Amino acid sequence: MSEINNQNNKESLERVAANGLINRRHLLGLGLAGAGGLISHSVLAADSSRVEIPAWSKMPGRDPSGYGSPSSFVGSYQRLAGAPNAVLPGSGVSRTPLHLLQGNITPNSLHFERHHSGIPAIDPAQHRLVIHGMVRQPLEFSYEDLLAYPMQSRIYFLECSGNSGANTSATAGDSSAAAIHGLLSCSEWTGVSLATLLDEAGIAEGATWVTSTGADGASMGRSIPLNKALRDVFIALYQNGEPIRPEQGYPMRLFVPGWEGNVSVKWLTQIKLADSPANFRDETSKYTDLLPDGKALQFTFPMGVKSLITSPSGQMSLRRQGLHEVSGVAWSGSGAISRVEVSADGGRSWADAHLDGTGQDLALTRFRIPWIWEGGPAVLQSRATDSAGQVQPTRAMVLANYDATNRYHFNGIQSWSVSAQGEVKNVYA
Amino acid sequence: MFMPKRRVLIALAFGSLFSATLAAQETPHLGKAISEEQLQGWDLIISPDGEGLPSGNGTAAQGKEIYEQQCAACHGLEGQGGAGVPGLVGGSTKSRPALLTVGSYWPYTSTLYDYVRRAMPPTAPKSLSDTQVYQIVAYILHLNGLVDEDVVLDSVSLPRIEMPNHAGFIDRSQVQ
Repeated sequence: MSEINNQNNKESLERVAANGLINRRHLLGLGLAGAGGLISHSVLAADSSRVEIPAWSKMPGRDPSGYGSPSSFVGSYQRLAGAPNAVLPGSGVSRTPLHLLQGNITPNSLHFERHHSGIPAIDPAQHRLVIHGMVRQPLEFSYEDLLAYPMQSRIYFLECSGNSGANTSATAGDSSAAAIHGLLSCSEWTGVSLATLLDEAGIAEGATWVTSTGADGASMGRSIPLNKALRDVFIALYQNGEPIRPEQGYPMRLFVPGWEGNVSVKWLTQIKLADSPANFRDETSKYTDLLPDGKALQFTFPMGVKSLITSPSGQMSLRRQGLHEVSGVAWSGSGAISRVEVSADGGRSWADAHLDGTGQDLALTRFRIPWIWEGGPAVLQSRATDSAGQVQPTRAMVLANYDATNRYHFNGIQSWSVSAQGEVKNVYA
Repeated sequence: MFMPKRRVLIALAFGSLFSATLAAQETPHLGKAISEEQLQGWDLIISPDGEGLPSGNGTAAQGKEIYEQQCAACHGLEGQGGAGVPGLVGGSTKSRPALLTVGSYWPYTSTLYDYVRRAMPPTAPKSLSDTQVYQIVAYILHLNGLVDEDVVLDSVSLPRIEMPNHAGFIDRSQVQ
């Protein structure tokens, strides 16, 4: 973050929406001379003592290591992990610290977790993937078999169906972006096309669904339509270049791009083709959306178009007035992010943010926009639009569609209030 | 990873193509044939029409004791649920707040059998015998007033029981 102390320069910036949002291209276009002018006051105000060569420049550093770890100065980069579940052992979540991260890729150690019966310790030499049901020839594959198949690498987000469900509650919790929205991550996944394996088994006439189960204690199962399975579903073996972690399904998981995370079955061991869904517990009793009239939506698969500002975000503090970069992530289960707008006045005026990414389908897209905080109250919001033309709805618009108890598939606009003291809080606005 | 030379060439030639239209001989074909008979007892999937239900049977009267031993500590003696544990009995999708239970929400009896057998009890999933699962399922359905205590549930009779909320779901699977 840089700083503006020069009132005259600040007034020359192009205002693109109320309450301090400015044109990023204009700011970048100032060039070195302009930027120097903006920060000259703070440089002059700095300590004027002689600059010393630091101690670490006068000795050799430590040796290389086999598997790297973050700098000890980085501080706490941790998932928000819940306490162990005494009633349902191994059932729980940990959330990605979105507010601490930049860019679009989630480090493997910080990818969110959701387990229904803990993380099994699977010896890949003893693991099997069986494809059976409505196929010409049921087949069994070993992990080593799959490593020999042609692979594909794709960057995709993964979001739990229950992500952001906290903001469906009646009162806004004083929570961080991670606590509310941290069941969201994005990785480069590498694996084997499911269509290839289904082709080898031979899809029988009449098969329309793919049911899958994992090798965890709960043998968690889900069903997806065959047309999706043949379009882009694959068996993920690597995540960001290394074998997927145990908590992500080692040795293999199903990966269903853009759809609610639960269908990407971890510790994948069974794929059974059928002419109807299995109606597992986790696609009837759970992960269904109760409507106001008592009916429920079943098989709500693509995650809705969504965004949130990660910086600044809940429980942060702005320590100075002046120029800040508002930054966040946007994504959609229906395609690429085509636009993100940001408001600093609770949605009354909006400005287009800069999209810093490749605009890939079904991946996180980082957005950024400069904002001058002048010390007054503000409500920061972001609103995403996807390549299918869907616009992220307000919280109230989402809630109106469902029964009050529904916690799934919430994609309402996030509001962060900024107080005159610079305290950032989750609010409903 | 060692591969025969022919497969290396094929993998190189088709490494960027992933399509159901690939001719069968163009992919590695490393899967070993397996039979459905070999998967009996391993494949736990049960469909709403009852396909996959094992042999054996049970009644609610038989299930009371095993339910009280294996289930009641968390789900309650009457299936009322507890802190962090779903209720199994009663409830309504239309009450305020809505209360979703096996009785008020679950659309198929097959799901109940499937889930209890694969995932319950949480400390020792798959430790119940097929007969014990029939008995527990019968008892939970009995607590919901859906079967009398002496009705014998098996692979034929269980899927014929219509759950109160069987028509309560709207299929969104083709909204992709």
